[in-house]
Amino acid sequence: MSRRHIISLLMENEAGALSRVAGLFSARAYNIESLTVAPTEDATLSRMTIVTVGSEDIIEQITKQLNKLVDVIKVMDLTEGSHIERELMLVKLRAVGADREEIKRTADIFRGNIIDVTESTYTIELTGAGSKLDAFLEAIDSAFILETVRTGASGIGRGERSLKV
Amino acid sequence: MFAGPGVKIKARKFAGWLPWHDFLTVTGQNDYPHGFTNELIFYQFMEATGAEIVVRCLAEEGVEFVFGYPGGAVLNIYDEIFKQNKFKHVLVRHEQAAVHAADAYARSTGRVGVALVTSGPGVTNAVTGIATAYMDSIPIVVVTGQVPTPAIGLDAFQEVDTVGITRPCVKHNFLVKDVKDLAATMKKAFIIAATGRPGPVVVDVPKDVTYHTTDFEYPATVEMRSYSPVVKGHSGQMKRAVQMLLEAKRPMIYAGGGVVLGDASEQLAELTRLLGFPITNTLMGLGGYPATDRQNLGMLGMHGTYEANMAMQHSDVLLAVGARFDDRVIGNPAHFAREQRRIIHIDVDPSSISKRVKVDVPIVGDVKNVLTDMLALLKQAKEKPDVAALNAWWTQIELWRSKNCLKYNRNSPIIKPQYVVEKLWEVTKGDAYVTSDVGQHQMWAAQYYKFDKPRRWINSGGLGTMGVGLPYAMGVQLAFPDAQVACITGESSIQMNIQELSTCKQYRIPVKVVTLNNRYMGMVRQWQEFFYGSRYAESYMESLPDFVKLAEAYGHVGMRIDRPEDVEAALKEAFSPALKERMVFMDFQTDQTENVFPMVEGGKGLSEMILAEEL
Repeated sequence: MSRRHIISLLMENEAGALSRVAGLFSARAYNIESLTVAPTEDATLSRMTIVTVGSEDIIEQITKQLNKLVDVIKVMDLTEGSHIERELMLVKLRAVGADREEIKRTADIFRGNIIDVTESTYTIELTGAGSKLDAFLEAIDSAFILETVRTGASGIGRGERSLKV
Repeated sequence: MFAGPGVKIKARKFAGWLPWHDFLTVTGQNDYPHGFTNELIFYQFMEATGAEIVVRCLAEEGVEFVFGYPGGAVLNIYDEIFKQNKFKHVLVRHEQAAVHAADAYARSTGRVGVALVTSGPGVTNAVTGIATAYMDSIPIVVVTGQVPTPAIGLDAFQEVDTVGITRPCVKHNFLVKDVKDLAATMKKAFIIAATGRPGPVVVDVPKDVTYHTTDFEYPATVEMRSYSPVVKGHSGQMKRAVQMLLEAKRPMIYAGGGVVLGDASEQLAELTRLLGFPITNTLMGLGGYPATDRQNLGMLGMHGTYEANMAMQHSDVLLAVGARFDDRVIGNPAHFAREQRRIIHIDVDPSSISKRVKVDVPIVGDVKNVLTDMLALLKQAKEKPDVAALNAWWTQIELWRSKNCLKYNRNSPIIKPQYVVEKLWEVTKGDAYVTSDVGQHQMWAAQYYKFDKPRRWINSGGLGTMGVGLPYAMGVQLAFPDAQVACITGESSIQMNIQELSTCKQYRIPVKVVTLNNRYMGMVRQWQEFFYGSRYAESYMESLPDFVKLAEAYGHVGMRIDRPEDVEAALKEAFSPALKERMVFMDFQTDQTENVFPMVEGGKGLSEMILAEEL
């Protein structure tokens, strides 16, 4: 049975490291829903979060193949344990007249911040699990949506569960 | 340079090796009471160009041969090669052959093979060789030239994204942007290529890096926090495995190329004999267990023996050693899973385990270590194998074996390809290194040349690269100048790298080419006969050259053999002392309609074989 998995990994922060991971997924026909990457507090390391969908067998192969990459230091399937997942979304909305108040209320309900305002638009910043961001977009009349930008999920284990060198 | 107390500075001449300032060596007096040594003792504190560093790193690694082809981006490196005498450069006629020859050197010796090519087309030509080595897990280091760093990305002359192009077919690759990183990168390349599951490593060196200078010191080793292959097997898993083997009623050992690459054939033989179990080798594993031993059921898989495939399918406990259950070996995994059996899988690469077939006892580790530890456990165990069950199992196996699935018509007036291979085995006393190309002749070579030793059978198993045979034979013959080296090939495959006959002439490489010439791409023709209503689309080889004249044109000995009764004499002559120093090209005119049997069709199960007599 296919399930959504969040795979976190630490790798050497070197040129081409990202393309090794992306290349692995395309070469072996694995799905990528999203992939985020940035250096950690130790600038020689990059932390990557990959959201993928697959059966247990496929996920096992994905983690093994990722571990096999020479640049990869550690791999963890966050969905195997308790974890937190967050994604950032920026949404630009057409906001004129009475709609401005309605949109602001909806943003407040979702604990979004309005970070840019013009006479006719709002840009809203929203953080949460992907499903929350989806719910916000559904709550807004699609005719208002001018543009959305999403980062893809970042994930971290709860409590003592951590991914460190 | 530095000199401290008790340290003496000496200058000496070193034939054509390095600029004068490098002839200074620092030797501790007590270590070398007799004065000079033949080695440069310390490279530290000496400035060197990137090109010098590449060459010295190769020398430090004890490289014997570099197979390569010069070009603009590697001219500085070639200039340094010109000045040294630590290793020999072998000039091939096409970069693909350079990589294949380095690959065969690695396969036959167990050491890392080295190739050197220029940027752009040099790299793209090398890619087939790199991918071939990657699929068969062969340790090679390929040094590639690159355009100067400021020109990268500007579509410079002979520029390709080498790291990008080779990424999917290397174990790892590097682009060296700073000469200061060069020595450590070379060291990493050799470590990564040779350890864990071996594989090709590409080091891409831009031209400016080859003339930039830095202090050179070749590190004895390099730490890589992200790279630590598992070496020892898990003791609990090994205990479970031994227990399972001792409980088996219908056991089977299935040994792959990992046994050969991991130099574990002795341990495998001891374990197999101790247990009294039947064993089969994959195409890549041939020679990992002696083919002439009674416990060996021969090769398994698409063209495996009847007894090996039947025993695989009907076993109740399967020990897989350094093998990966690939599609040409077990056929359809669903069919394979139909029979209930427990599987123990030993492999150095965790991703090979439970990839196509779920296993019960995974053991990740170096095959040699794991087998050694399992042998110790087996010897301590109070239980013994179930002799009664084993006897019954062997009775069944002998019944399968009595089908004699490799029989063929020995009274044919036309040369049968199988007969040529059998005779080659006899004439070379089963002791030759045999390389092959890809196709029917490859399968006949695997079926009829009985390899009793590892690293004697050199072929492209995973990628199935036509054209490897001749460059493979070159790599092997250079590594073992006194050995008998035969290249079993077909008239189609040989033409894919035939230009290497020129390399053979230049370096007097006396390989013996055994061409099974049926005027067809035989394996393509066979599939067209079976599955495409005998519509032989583009598989007939028209306009073949006169191979005898061709061989002679390159300065070699050519022979054409048309009749079965001449086969043995021709082979004897080719391998006679009179022709020991000569490259011999034998063109055997073989039966055009001969097919490879047994055969498991693609998508079918292992026990669903087509045998020769069934047609």
